[in-house]
Amino acid sequence: MAELRQTPLYERHVAMGGRMVPFAGYALPVQYPTGPMAEHHAVRQVAGLFDIDHMGQFRIVGRDAEVFLQYVQPRDIGQMQLWEGAYSFLCYADGTFVDDLFIYRLPDAWFIVVNAVNREKDLFWLDTLAVGFDCDIIDVSDPTCMLALQGPKAQSILQKLTDLDLNRVPFRTAAQAQVAGIETLIAATGYTGEYGYELFFPAEHAVAMWESLLEAGQDEGLLACGLAARDSLRFEACLPLYGHEISAAVDPVSARLAWVCDWDKGPWIGREAVLRIKLEGPKQVLVGLEMIEKGVPRERYPVAAGGKIIGHVTTGMKAPTLDRFLAMAYVPPDYSAVGTEVEVMIRDQPRKARVVPRPFYIPAYRR
Amino acid sequence: MPFQYDPQARYAKTHEWARLEGDLVVVGISDYAQDALSDVVFVELPAVGSVVSAGSAVAVVESVKAAEDVYSPVSGEVVAVNEKLIERPELVNASPYEEAWFFKVRPSDLGELDGLMDAAAYEAFLASQEH
Repeated sequence: MAELRQTPLYERHVAMGGRMVPFAGYALPVQYPTGPMAEHHAVRQVAGLFDIDHMGQFRIVGRDAEVFLQYVQPRDIGQMQLWEGAYSFLCYADGTFVDDLFIYRLPDAWFIVVNAVNREKDLFWLDTLAVGFDCDIIDVSDPTCMLALQGPKAQSILQKLTDLDLNRVPFRTAAQAQVAGIETLIAATGYTGEYGYELFFPAEHAVAMWESLLEAGQDEGLLACGLAARDSLRFEACLPLYGHEISAAVDPVSARLAWVCDWDKGPWIGREAVLRIKLEGPKQVLVGLEMIEKGVPRERYPVAAGGKIIGHVTTGMKAPTLDRFLAMAYVPPDYSAVGTEVEVMIRDQPRKARVVPRPFYIPAYRR
Repeated sequence: MPFQYDPQARYAKTHEWARLEGDLVVVGISDYAQDALSDVVFVELPAVGSVVSAGSAVAVVESVKAAEDVYSPVSGEVVAVNEKLIERPELVNASPYEEAWFFKVRPSDLGELDGLMDAAAYEAFLASQEH
C-alpha cells in the first residue's frame, strides 16, 4: 500500500482496528472490528460516521460561473436557491457519463463534490470546457476534509456540537457554522438512504472533528463505518456508484437518471445525445433483481434469459436490512418489467431471479 | 489479532479444518478464515452422497466481501452436511469450530489427515503468511 494516498485520519483508522484497503487510490477502512453488518445496521437504526475525505471538491467562481455550470451539466441550477444542494452529473457529447456529482449554491461560489476516482479527470474536463468562460475551477480537495454522519440520530448527535439550530437546515440544503469549534460547511445530504450530513472543513482539524463526533455519539451508539457498509447502504437505496451503475459506457436514460435533466434550460453538453436516447429508447436499462433461487449475485456476473446472456450485474449482495439476495443489473428493455424472470449466472450456474421494483429500501427522506 | 484453534483438528493451507470423529472426518473453516472473510452471508454445501477428492472445491462460503471455495481436506463420500448454515450462515463467524461445521466425509484414506498441519503448525503457517 506504499503508493496509496492517505487521508488525515489514516492513523486513527489503523488505531481503531480498521481494515485498510485500496480504494480510488487511497488507503481506506473497508470495515472496523465491529464488522460491516453491524456498521450497516448502526446507520439504519442509530448513526454511522464515515471518512469520505477521498472525495473531491471544486469551487467554481467568477462572473461566468453560473453560465458555465449550466453548460456542463443537465440540471437547471438557475432554479437553485442560495444554500440549496442538488444531485447532477457530467456527460460527454455522446451522452455517456463523465461522473456524477453534487452541486451546492454557496454565497461566494458554486461548490461541487465529485468522485475520488474521477477527480483529476473531472478537473481536466471542466478546465478544457471553461476556455472562453470568465470563471475558475479551484480544486480544494486537499485542504478540505469531508466526513459523513448518517442515520436517524445524526441530527441529535451533530446538534450537541453546534449552536446552529439544525432544524433550520432541511434536507438538500447546506449551512456554514461552527462544529466542535471548527468552521464547517454542513450539508444535509448523504449516500445511505438515511437522513444525515456531509461535513466540509479545513483538513488540519480532521482528527479533532472525528474524535468530537465519535464522542458526541457514544451514548446513542454511533459507530465508525467502513467502505463495505457505505456500499451496502447505498445499494439498498439504489443510489448509483460510478464505475458500477454509471460509467463512460452508459448514459442517463439507461441508468434511469434522466429525471435529473432539465430539457428547457438551454444547451448543455450531452443534451442532444441523451434526448435522442430518451426518444429512441435505450438498448439496456438498469433494473433491480431479486434471487428466487438463493445465491449471492455479484458485480459482473452475467444475466441470462432463454439460454442467452442478455446483461450483467453491476452491484449485488445479500441486502443487510432487507435480508434478501438482490442485485442491480443492466438488461434489455424487453426484460425490464417488474416480475420478469431471468437468470443470474453464479459461478457459471444459472440461478433464477426476477425483476423487482427499485429502490429496494425507500430512503427515509422519501417516505 | 489472536485466533482460536481447535487442538483436536488438523488444518489445510487453504484454511479448512478436519477433525476425526468416530470414523468420519468433519470439515469446517478456521477462525482465521472466517475473520478474513468478515460477515458470512451465504454457504453452499455439497450434495450428500457426492464423492469428493482431497483438494477439490466442494463448498462455497460467501461474505459481504467475496465468494471463496471450500476445499475438502480429505477424499471420500460426503455423508452429512450442516443444513443449519443455509438459514444461519452467520454461525460461521460465531462458532467456526463447533456449530459451523460444513460437511462430514467418510474418508477413503485416513492417511490424508497426516498430510495436514496440526494446530501449532497451522498457527506458525499463518504467522509466516503475514507480510
